[in-house]
Amino acid sequence: MTRGSVVRAVARKDLAVEMGSRVVINQVAPFALVVMVMFAFALDNEGILSRVAPGLVWLATLFSMLVVVQRSFAVESADGALDALRVAGVDPVAIFLGKSVALMVQLFALEVLLVCTAFVLYGVEPSPAGWAEAFVTMVAATVGLGFVGTLYGGLAAGARGRETLLPLLLLPVVAPVLIGATRATEAAFGSGGASVSEGWPWIGLLAVFAVLFGAAGSAAFGPLVDE
Amino acid sequence: MTPTGAHATTGTPATRRLGLVVCVLLVLLVLSGLWWSAEDVVQGSTVRIMYVHVPSIWVAYMAFALTAVCSGAYLSRGTRSVAWDRVAGASAEIGVLFVAVSLVTGSLWGRLTWGTYWVWDARLTSTAFLFITYVGYLAVRRLGGTLRQRARRSAVLALLAVLEIPLVHFSVELWRSLHQEASVANPNAKVEMDGLMLFTLMLGLATFTALFVWLVLHRQRVILLEDTVADRGLDEAIASRRDEAGAR
Amino acid sequence: MEHASFIIASYVLTFGSIAAYAAWVVRRGRGLARRASREEMPWT
Repeated sequence: MTRGSVVRAVARKDLAVEMGSRVVINQVAPFALVVMVMFAFALDNEGILSRVAPGLVWLATLFSMLVVVQRSFAVESADGALDALRVAGVDPVAIFLGKSVALMVQLFALEVLLVCTAFVLYGVEPSPAGWAEAFVTMVAATVGLGFVGTLYGGLAAGARGRETLLPLLLLPVVAPVLIGATRATEAAFGSGGASVSEGWPWIGLLAVFAVLFGAAGSAAFGPLVDE
Repeated sequence: MTPTGAHATTGTPATRRLGLVVCVLLVLLVLSGLWWSAEDVVQGSTVRIMYVHVPSIWVAYMAFALTAVCSGAYLSRGTRSVAWDRVAGASAEIGVLFVAVSLVTGSLWGRLTWGTYWVWDARLTSTAFLFITYVGYLAVRRLGGTLRQRARRSAVLALLAVLEIPLVHFSVELWRSLHQEASVANPNAKVEMDGLMLFTLMLGLATFTALFVWLVLHRQRVILLEDTVADRGLDEAIASRRDEAGAR
Repeated sequence: MEHASFIIASYVLTFGSIAAYAAWVVRRGRGLARRASREEMPWT
């Protein structure tokens, strides 16, 4: 099997597990929506809400991501699937990429939902160019988040107490994504008078992040699940 | 097993001598920092905080660098000696202590010179992230599992931190440069230092470096003992279970 | 000395926490060394 086909197989397996259990659809997505509603209660002012909507979308994404990552590795360690793949001599880089792709697909779906929610609940009104930029931002941020989530999820996989540890490990690392994606989305939504062109440097930051952690994850996942 | 008696310690004659030197240097540093050295023309007496603040952050950087080097050595060497991991862990723990100290002394200093405890500039923010990241690193070390698992996990994490911190610094810098609302006093403002002030700062750096070496030596030995005793505790627990089962 | 309380607080905090940590390490080392043999302590 080539690396590409292993990546596809691992990604398809993870997504099939999700389609079977529907945890993301039935639990994580509603959780993300509740978070968005709670933000509205906490910041009870329409002017403020449309101003800070981009930040709230990405915060809700990060919180939901923690749950999805835990889920992704809880399934692996529960039935020893990761061990089985390792023993079978499957390329760890392919496992990493496959799991990342599955995570990215789920995160992207969540982000689409959250942006639509912000559109409906928070009254943001992007221009067509703004929509395009928001889309590119979501793609760039999701790729980075997928790599980091898989890497740190794998790091803590199989250890007791990882549920409480993962947020502590993951949130500081994804701070650049929060900063970059929020600024880029602000530009896309025109929050606080930002113009669309201001967003592109931030998308560049997101791309750098994605490339760096994609490379780091590919290099580190082998030694991490080794032995 | 030959018991070592009640006087067993993690010290050796060499570390005792080093410890003595550190104590003498510390007394000199306090005297020089609080009494002998002059006040700064711009900063006044607040410059005295610098003599403990700058050395602590210096030790923290040194400690995290040592952690990264040892982690890299652990992963790259064929032997995968757990000794590298012990030094990495000891060094990270000391780094966390010193970065916490420097954050607090830094915000006290900031309160006096800028009028506020905290400023969202890139250096402060990435220092706070440094602290959180290595608190997480220490938590990962306590996750359990075998020594090799611990070493492998934490080594990978320490190397990832080397990637993370510059990224955080860079992104916060970008963030602040585009969102400069409040104009604060430049944290890099030059302190005009006379000879004795410079000497006091250098003395601080030397003292804290020696202190760091002393702490790492002791702490990594304590980690070795923790590992051995925990290991033996496990063996004993298994043995006593076996005895219980046999007696029944 | 101006701002003496802040300066003294910085010194006390710095040296106090380092001393507390050093004391903890040494005491823990003593406690554990009592339960270990000489062969397990390569530095002795």
